[in-house]
Amino acid sequence: MPEPILLKNGRVIDPANGIDQLLDVLIVGGKINAVSQPGTLSARIDGLVYDLQGKWVVPGLIDMHVHLREPGQEYKETIATGTCAAAAGGFTAVASMPNTKPVNDNQTVTVFILTKAAEAGFARVYPVGAISSGSKGEQLAEFGDLRQAGAVAVSDDGLPVGNNQLMRRALEYAGNHDLLVISHAEDLSLSHNGTMNYGPLATRLGLQGIPPVAEEIMIYRDLALAEFTGRPIHIAHVSTRESLALIRRAKAKGVAVTAETAPHYFTLTELAVDGYNTLAKMNPPLRTEADVVAVQEALRDGTLDAIATDHAPHSEIEKEMEFDLAANGIIGLETAVPLTLRLVRENQFDARRMVELLSLNPARILGVPGGTLSVGAPADITIIDPEKKFIFTEESILSKSKNSPFIGWELQGKAVLTILEGRITWRQDSDFSS
Amino acid sequence: MDPEYRFSHKHLLGLADLSAEDIQSVLQTAESFKEISSRAIKKVPTLRGKTIINFFFEPSTRTRLSFEVAAKRMSADTFNISSSGSSTVKGETLIDTARNLAAMNPDCIILRHPRSGSARLLADHINASVINAGDGTHEHPSQGLLDLMTVQEAKGRIAGLKVAIIGDIAHSRVAHSDIIGFSKMGASVTVSGPATLIPPGIEELGATVSRTVLEAVEGADVIMALRIQKERQQEALFPSLREYAKFFGISPKVVDTAGPEAIVMHPGPINRGVELDPKIADGSRSVILEQVTNGVAVRMALLYLIMGGD
Repeated sequence: MPEPILLKNGRVIDPANGIDQLLDVLIVGGKINAVSQPGTLSARIDGLVYDLQGKWVVPGLIDMHVHLREPGQEYKETIATGTCAAAAGGFTAVASMPNTKPVNDNQTVTVFILTKAAEAGFARVYPVGAISSGSKGEQLAEFGDLRQAGAVAVSDDGLPVGNNQLMRRALEYAGNHDLLVISHAEDLSLSHNGTMNYGPLATRLGLQGIPPVAEEIMIYRDLALAEFTGRPIHIAHVSTRESLALIRRAKAKGVAVTAETAPHYFTLTELAVDGYNTLAKMNPPLRTEADVVAVQEALRDGTLDAIATDHAPHSEIEKEMEFDLAANGIIGLETAVPLTLRLVRENQFDARRMVELLSLNPARILGVPGGTLSVGAPADITIIDPEKKFIFTEESILSKSKNSPFIGWELQGKAVLTILEGRITWRQDSDFSS
Repeated sequence: MDPEYRFSHKHLLGLADLSAEDIQSVLQTAESFKEISSRAIKKVPTLRGKTIINFFFEPSTRTRLSFEVAAKRMSADTFNISSSGSSTVKGETLIDTARNLAAMNPDCIILRHPRSGSARLLADHINASVINAGDGTHEHPSQGLLDLMTVQEAKGRIAGLKVAIIGDIAHSRVAHSDIIGFSKMGASVTVSGPATLIPPGIEELGATVSRTVLEAVEGADVIMALRIQKERQQEALFPSLREYAKFFGISPKVVDTAGPEAIVMHPGPINRGVELDPKIADGSRSVILEQVTNGVAVRMALLYLIMGGD
């Protein structure tokens, strides 16, 4: 059992319990033992004591969309390095997408992922299984087996299901096994050969564009199928204004839809691609200012439920090359907190909403523990210093891959202490020199 | 031109990077070099001792030969590499191949490559000068310059002219460089073609879009036909070559609509009877072969200006 920890004088933000005030939190036996007025818990233990004046104490952050690359592409990331980066970014849990090699479409791969995650011990890993066998879009994967082995959801991330009937059947059959279906909404015939957002910049650079409608048409399909089947659907990495309008309308109609976006979609526009910057190449692509504004609005008004990073490590072998040929995706675990805090500082939404987006809602959507600081809950806790300024450097990155467009940015706000079931998985030593 | 002016670009990656003054300087230099090609002894020692590598990842007859002829007339040493003969077929990356070439200390690498941005990628990773001889669907700046030179010669000016560019604007690096170059020099550019082949935001490069070819060429001084690639038919971008020729080909009627002084251009190679009626291609309005002749002069000028000529 880890030693008890007393977190003193922090601003405890726990939206599930309606709490946002200065409190002390006591952790005993890996669980939250007490949450109480400052000073009232100090005498009870002789374990670790942290004075957290000026810092936030929030439920452990949960990233419901990451690529850990293991098995198969360990040169990009391993479960150990990816979850280490997660802990450093303030995350106590991540959901790992199935596009590993081999694809996570069976018990063996799911169990392997969970075993490796347990060995590493940096974060809870919730495997996401494939919708179709081999992600080939032909036959359903064995959802029952995947669930029994520990998968919490199924997704076609990276290889979208083009066949409408298959998507319908996936939604229906996922109900038997209480699995969430996560949709990567992309019509491959419309995104065909595209490498960046469709529009004048793509024309100027001579790159083929991916039109917003490639995403929107599939979101419409998936919302229609969710409504028709009466089954919940979660839409991954929403990037366009019209996508959000579709989701907003479906929610108003009572369709069981939840949706996430990634920090880059509320931070960057397609201009980041100019000069053929492969570190800004991703799918869906970075869009326009109007889309960025719409994503921010949707985070405020509840159209979007979660912020997930779509952490997609790639080595420089896949990035230092012709733009057309470079791999899609960027790492995100270590920049999610400061990039989200930018919106909090701009008063786009408050700290409580930030915790909902990064912890409470992902827990609820995935149906996993966490997301609260209730007494008796596992002590998955993130301590954030919202003021801490730092330059994000390549050398500081703990992920095995360094493919971030934010390298060199001055960022503000950082996870300085991450606790998983009462164990410290990340500590920013400069903040706790004593 | 400002007497203090000096062409100061190390690379030529696109006409987007050049000012009107830069373009004027290239055209003037090309004009003064053109005469060399009509001498009995077509060689000057200007670039003696300079090493130029023609690095071509796509098939090319005209552009590659044009650069080579230009270099040799300036007494530079030239070497040709094509993709099938290079180690890229053995899996070497573009950057690694380029670094290896650069290690042999060439003064200039001329790159033709199927991917947009590849010339810039090369320029970012090696010390030699890089001339973009066509990168994907981005730019083909030396073609744009030779087109400008040909129009300047035929019309005596560029500013104030109307240029109509007809065809596959979306996939044409020539169209992109022409639109940028002609607009920079004060001409007005109108494009037309199947709507499936007009890219979004082409207006931002300086073109206006016409729905029909006849509307586009109305009052035009210059008609530029672009090569249509037959593979585009498979991508459902147009129904058939037959229909393309009928509605988007440059026919005598199209030329008549433009007016009696209009000239016809094509970057080559021509699909006879598709984008260009043979009567027009071989007719008195065509300046297609002048384009080829001027190509050598423009490339001599570029090599001279970029390698300093010292």
